[in-house]
Amino acid sequence: MADLSAIKRKGITRRRFMGDVLKTACGVGLFGLGLGLYANRASSLPATFIRPPGALPEEDFNGACIRCGLCVRDCPYDILYLGEVGQNIPTGTPYFIARKGACEMCEDIPCVAACPTNALDHALTDINEARMGLAVLVDHETCIAFLGLRCEVCYQICPIKDEAISLERQHNARSGKHAIFIPTVHSDRCTGCGKCEEACILEEAAIKVLPQHLAKGELGKHYRLGWEEKEAAGGSLVTPDVEHRYNLPEGMRYDYYGEGLIQEGAEETPFPSNPLDTLNKGGGL
Amino acid sequence: MAMNAFPGKEAVEKKGWFRAHQWLIARRISQLGILGLFLLGPLAGIWIVKGNLSGSMTLDVLPLTDPFLLLQSMLSGNLPVLSGALGALIVILFYGLVGGRVFCSWVCPVNLVTDLAAWLRRRFDLRSSAVLSRSLRYWLLGLVLSFPLVTGVIAWEYLNPVSMLHRGLFFGMGAGWVIIAAVFFFDLLLVKQGWCGRLCPMGAFYGLLGSGALVRVKAANRDRCDDCMDCFAVCPEPQVIKPALKGAEQCIGPVILDINCTNCGRCIDVCAEEVFQFGSRLYNQRGLPKPCGKTNEAVSTVRK
Repeated sequence: MADLSAIKRKGITRRRFMGDVLKTACGVGLFGLGLGLYANRASSLPATFIRPPGALPEEDFNGACIRCGLCVRDCPYDILYLGEVGQNIPTGTPYFIARKGACEMCEDIPCVAACPTNALDHALTDINEARMGLAVLVDHETCIAFLGLRCEVCYQICPIKDEAISLERQHNARSGKHAIFIPTVHSDRCTGCGKCEEACILEEAAIKVLPQHLAKGELGKHYRLGWEEKEAAGGSLVTPDVEHRYNLPEGMRYDYYGEGLIQEGAEETPFPSNPLDTLNKGGGL
Repeated sequence: MAMNAFPGKEAVEKKGWFRAHQWLIARRISQLGILGLFLLGPLAGIWIVKGNLSGSMTLDVLPLTDPFLLLQSMLSGNLPVLSGALGALIVILFYGLVGGRVFCSWVCPVNLVTDLAAWLRRRFDLRSSAVLSRSLRYWLLGLVLSFPLVTGVIAWEYLNPVSMLHRGLFFGMGAGWVIIAAVFFFDLLLVKQGWCGRLCPMGAFYGLLGSGALVRVKAANRDRCDDCMDCFAVCPEPQVIKPALKGAEQCIGPVILDINCTNCGRCIDVCAEEVFQFGSRLYNQRGLPKPCGKTNEAVSTVRK
């Protein structure tokens, strides 16, 4: 009997022990589930929040950064902030907002040097190789360059002028006789520093720095650019090139600008060379 | 004997106010001094220390890194650079020597919050407390460390009130006050010594870090104990006292070897009989009564 009661007592203790362990495990598990879901939700970075130069891809950055703020302190221009609780950014991680203060692209990259982990990758030694984001001229309707005005502020302020942003001349169709100069970003050189966005003269910047994955398209892996392939191969890869022919009515050809057909042998322009003839003709053209 | 709502009263009468509060004062100077050093930069532009408790740089030469955070960072698959690793090593060596949870009682800013809650609890005799095991912190520690390992994200930093408070004071608090208030009311109304004593995985980590620490509190004059219970009333981890204070007959040494003793020294302050002192863990062998000289096994069992 004594043995039996001892076993019984022992059994109850074991049962209680197991019960306690399971209870704790369940509670901690539920808490972990909640924390995990919250962390997952809170780990997304809004598009206007830009990481300092050299930051690892966002998902790695969230694991590597220890939230010490040394990059913030060592930024000579004080553009960096740490995410606060309740902000839509992982708490304690560094960011800047280009419109408020863009990265000045220091040559010695003090923010990276200060990072005690490799969250800001110490392999980055040339600031021109940084890819914090990519500038995109998002609004063609309000950018005054598109309106035909010569603003060019983003172009002028770009630290890699003429390479990251160039001005491309186009015909101004509205006036018919002017040129417009379109600021054009080149993703192979743009560091995403945000100087262009900061400097944009509009109320709301027409040029914005966006995360690479939002700003950049991607060709299908199998896409080949025919003209590049051709140049690399020194000739057409498929069939020999055929000389292009226009199938026009006999005796007709295109004018130089593709504006219309011109009869061969006829005069190049409907206007006689002597302007008086036109005036005397009367009845308009 | 019932717990005294004003523990240390007798000590004040016997030793004077200052000597009955000297370690408490030293601790507050340490806590506020560290906060002050960090605040000098952002407030006055005097940059002695940059960063925060998670990682800092003192006078541009001394890096310090929180090994708990660095471990999580490493578990997510990232290796630190030299300054980060060196900083963590210095911190590990320091707390490994002086006691891991010295961080909790001498450095951590949340201690100011939970100490206030504990004081109010004593002052207004708030006794109700939900039951939470003191080992829960190790479960949480496991959970916190498994997050970066499994998901690659330091999930604990979304919630950690310790880094949140310390960082918030210098970099902007945001809604972080809500979490600090939650810790305060949790400790005050829900669970006695709830946060630091039962839940905080950071404390659990630092406790384990200092499991071989040299600096320990010892009940050197335990034969003088008059069972006033004042030390139990003020101790943030009262379970650590009993073996050392009352274990003479079981041949347990007088040194408090429990890793959860925070070396706050409050027991030294409040004891009118001057039972406790700071000392070394090596004192344990010498401090045993005569007949126990040979049975060091008992001591080592308790230590584990």
